[in-house]
Amino acid sequence: MTRLGSAGSGKVGLDPVPVQARAIPRRSGVVGRVLTRLNRLPMLAYYVATIALGFALWSILARLVGNGLLPPPETVARAFRSEYERGAFIDDIVASVRRVTLGFVIGVTAAIPFGFAMGWYRWGRGLLEPWVQFFRTIPALALIPLYVIAFGIGEFPKVLVISVATFLPTVVATYQGVLDVDGTLINAARVLGANDGTIFRRVVVPSSLPFILVGARISLGAAWGTLVAAELIAASSGLGYLVQRSALYFEVPSIFVAIITIGFIGLAMDRAVALVHRKATHWQERR
Amino acid sequence: MDIRVDGLTKIFTKARTPPFVALDDVDLACGGGEIVALVGPSGCGKTTLLNVIAGLTEPTSGHVTVDGVAVTGPGPERGVIFQQYALFPWMTVRENVEFGLRLRGVRRSQLRGVVDHYLELVGLGDFPDTLPKELSGGMKQRCAIARAYAVQPVVMLMDEPFGALDAMTRVTLQEQLLDTWGQERTTIMFITHDVDEAVYLARRVVVMASNPGRITKIIDVDLPYPRTQETRLSEAFVASRATVWREVWRPMVGGEGL
Repeated sequence: MTRLGSAGSGKVGLDPVPVQARAIPRRSGVVGRVLTRLNRLPMLAYYVATIALGFALWSILARLVGNGLLPPPETVARAFRSEYERGAFIDDIVASVRRVTLGFVIGVTAAIPFGFAMGWYRWGRGLLEPWVQFFRTIPALALIPLYVIAFGIGEFPKVLVISVATFLPTVVATYQGVLDVDGTLINAARVLGANDGTIFRRVVVPSSLPFILVGARISLGAAWGTLVAAELIAASSGLGYLVQRSALYFEVPSIFVAIITIGFIGLAMDRAVALVHRKATHWQERR
Repeated sequence: MDIRVDGLTKIFTKARTPPFVALDDVDLACGGGEIVALVGPSGCGKTTLLNVIAGLTEPTSGHVTVDGVAVTGPGPERGVIFQQYALFPWMTVRENVEFGLRLRGVRRSQLRGVVDHYLELVGLGDFPDTLPKELSGGMKQRCAIARAYAVQPVVMLMDEPFGALDAMTRVTLQEQLLDTWGQERTTIMFITHDVDEAVYLARRVVVMASNPGRITKIIDVDLPYPRTQETRLSEAFVASRATVWREVWRPMVGGEGL
């Protein structure tokens, strides 16, 4: 994260304080110097270190458990290879990414106008908020039987499960974003001659964009979180299906293959949304 | 007169609290390109008065005309400067100044020239593409002033515009405001807590008191423009400041509003 020159809003003319200087006081002695230097490594070094540590711990634990319930890393690596050679693995990835992306895009796109209506209009809040709060507490899993009864076992109910799960965080975030628009900015636009439509387009929308994008990030997590549930609906491909099939045949390493793949693709997609977020909100003051 | 306020009363009512009389039958007229400063303790209704003139607050009774037209809502002939700058943070300095001009239908071909002119006027000519977050407080307020002046208002309403700035920046901006005003000659109504600032800028100082919010006295400041830092040191300035101080303090030590 980049640090900006201003030391908080409202204060003028203060020099920025370097992070390290504030983070730890000067230490003496060998241990102190090592600790001080350890805190100044590039961020990538910590990432590499923590992954290496994670693998080491996993490896030790697997050997301690030792009965096939927790396969060691090298077994999972072999399972990756055999899944890949089986051929269907790529199809599983494609099917799942497709469902998640479709569900995410539909859910978020539908959520934004709902959130605006709730934040901007009194009637919107009154009519929509009870429904949103009601559905927020219902687990995606509980709705699946109803979807199957209503829509069968095709792709549609699977995408619908994910859409509903992604809809809710973005609605709430957009709603909050509109409520948080600075009243002084709205007044500033009004005194410059802006009507309600202009205020909405040029003040409310850009001002709530950071909230919407945070909502979208949470929604993306929800999309991956409900994927396995969605693929409970008579799926014949997908990473969630792979988890279930592997569990059925007690292929524990393959379960790990599916989980790790979901984790990494989810991480990559989150990074992509985070990048959009950073680019679209570069105007924000950040700490 | 550019601004005429007649019998203006504003009462705020809230459930379970006694009604608050922010303004009680206030009359005021100003215009002809003068600077009028409103001073008084918190709660004396000066911001309410300015908001009613700006069209952002509806009065309980009484009326306001600006340039002969009754005020029913906000409009670009009344420029407003807010204490918190109120720049659109996602727009550059140039885009902020363009905002009001585009709404007025200024043609794209002329836009650039007009914006450049006003940025030059407030000394931001070198920062057209800068975002507000990269500006100091003083620069932000200069940008807000350029944005307000660009739509060529008849009157300018300023609500403690320099209140959040440090003492040095504040003095610099006061001088710059007098410079800008010298070129534009817009009638300015200026709210401040700072008696020094009021006397330095204004031709007339309107002293207000609270509970209920009202005007207690209007004091003429007999100091010729252009005023400089030397003006601050003159005997006439010191005398004017003393007069205003006494008037501001009198109702406060009388036990009201404290």
